[in-house]
Amino acid sequence: MQDFAGAFGLAFGLIASGDADLFEIVGLSMRVSLMALLLSCLIGFPIGALLVVRKFFGRGIVIALVNSMMGFPPVVIGLLIYLVLSRAGPMGWLGLLYSPTAMIIAQTVLIAPIVAALSRQVLEALQAEYDEQFRSLGISRGRAMLALIVDGRYGLVTVALAGFGRAVAEVGAVIIVGGNIEHLTRVMTTAIALETSKGDLGMALALGIILMSIAISVNLGAGALRAIAERQAYA
Amino acid sequence: MPDAAPLMPRKTSDGGSKTPRDRLLPGALRLERLALQVAGRLLVNIEKLTLDPRSVTVIMGPNGAGKSLFLRLVHGLIPPTQGWISWGEVACGEATRSTQAMVFQKPVLLRRSVAANIDFVLRRRAGTKAERRARCDELLTRVGLAGQAQQPARLLSGGEQQRLALARALATRPKVLLLDEPTASLDPASVQMIEQIVLASSAEQTKVIFVTHDVGQARRLAGDVAFLHHGQLVEYGPATAFFANPSSEAAKAYLSGRIVL
Repeated sequence: MQDFAGAFGLAFGLIASGDADLFEIVGLSMRVSLMALLLSCLIGFPIGALLVVRKFFGRGIVIALVNSMMGFPPVVIGLLIYLVLSRAGPMGWLGLLYSPTAMIIAQTVLIAPIVAALSRQVLEALQAEYDEQFRSLGISRGRAMLALIVDGRYGLVTVALAGFGRAVAEVGAVIIVGGNIEHLTRVMTTAIALETSKGDLGMALALGIILMSIAISVNLGAGALRAIAERQAYA
Repeated sequence: MPDAAPLMPRKTSDGGSKTPRDRLLPGALRLERLALQVAGRLLVNIEKLTLDPRSVTVIMGPNGAGKSLFLRLVHGLIPPTQGWISWGEVACGEATRSTQAMVFQKPVLLRRSVAANIDFVLRRRAGTKAERRARCDELLTRVGLAGQAQQPARLLSGGEQQRLALARALATRPKVLLLDEPTASLDPASVQMIEQIVLASSAEQTKVIFVTHDVGQARRLAGDVAFLHHGQLVEYGPATAFFANPSSEAAKAYLSGRIVL
């Protein structure tokens, strides 16, 4: 019990003193996950919009596939990316394994399907409303996709936040392709796993508190955004 | 007002067009053996119809008569099960649709400002930013929304939303304007404004097809009237003749305010 209280004391101490190691880890976590999120949105939004706008043959199968990719275990994705990036792998010559870039790739592979599947759901409702009007106006598919993404912006930000939450909290993929190397590829989740097993509960808890705060702020941000959207009747 | 309409179709069953040249006008709708069948039910079934290419044509009929479906069919939004539709000499399709504009019963507005809704359509055509802005101002002034250009479109009242939808429809300078009960349950001021704009557009050589089940509105607008009942064209002719002496029982009953089943 004393350990418990002591750990909290240490944790707040580290946060309050602005511990350099701690904030380096937090910084790298944010950098990797935000970059992965950016890439995932660039990939996921257009795919979501395309699946809504184009009623091609086999569309149902593609949607089912993307949906099921949402539930892929991060460890397995980490393993696959590891195989691709390892020296013997097809992209081994890039020498990316155990680098932040490898972690960004792994997280992108992890959350791009989530962003694509959720944005398809968000945009589907919008498309049902706009479709006839767009066809009447002779809007091309490309412009319709763009208009859906622009008009679905509030819903899509919520989608992005969900993707970010998943990326920043994920440990399995980044630990395999990143390797949890100090000052290089150590992020919040991998550090928590390591420090806990080492018995440095203060550091682990400090990171845990920050991670939780990020998760909560992300959710609060999503809620606030929804309120703004509704006030403008744009939701 | 309908009495003053300068151009009226001469005949009812076939050939509302006055001269062979009229057949080439983009507003000269002709259709033959048009049928739309959904899940085994025949929802639209019209043997033959040729509309006057210039007048305001009002489509009337009780609920479920197939008025909205008729409009979507001739606009090319839904394909007919069988039959043939043409505008002028062009078969109904993307080419004809691009010269037309449709206003739906429930306005579909983008989740953007009032001005952005107009600009969305204007951007398809060539023109500088300044030209587009001038055109946008002109259109918004025309529908009485000049002061609300920067407001979110979806915060407008129902009447204002429909006026914006009409302005957007006119932004493309359509040769044919199709309206599907645009003023159902709107405030009287908006109804009056929309009717005036529709009549003004018609005077500027735009062919108008206006669906309504408001008899008073039909009298105010119509140059000619097509009466639909159970998906069938019951009668088509000049408004004066139709209102004075409808030939079908269904239209008689409808005009006298009886419920038509």
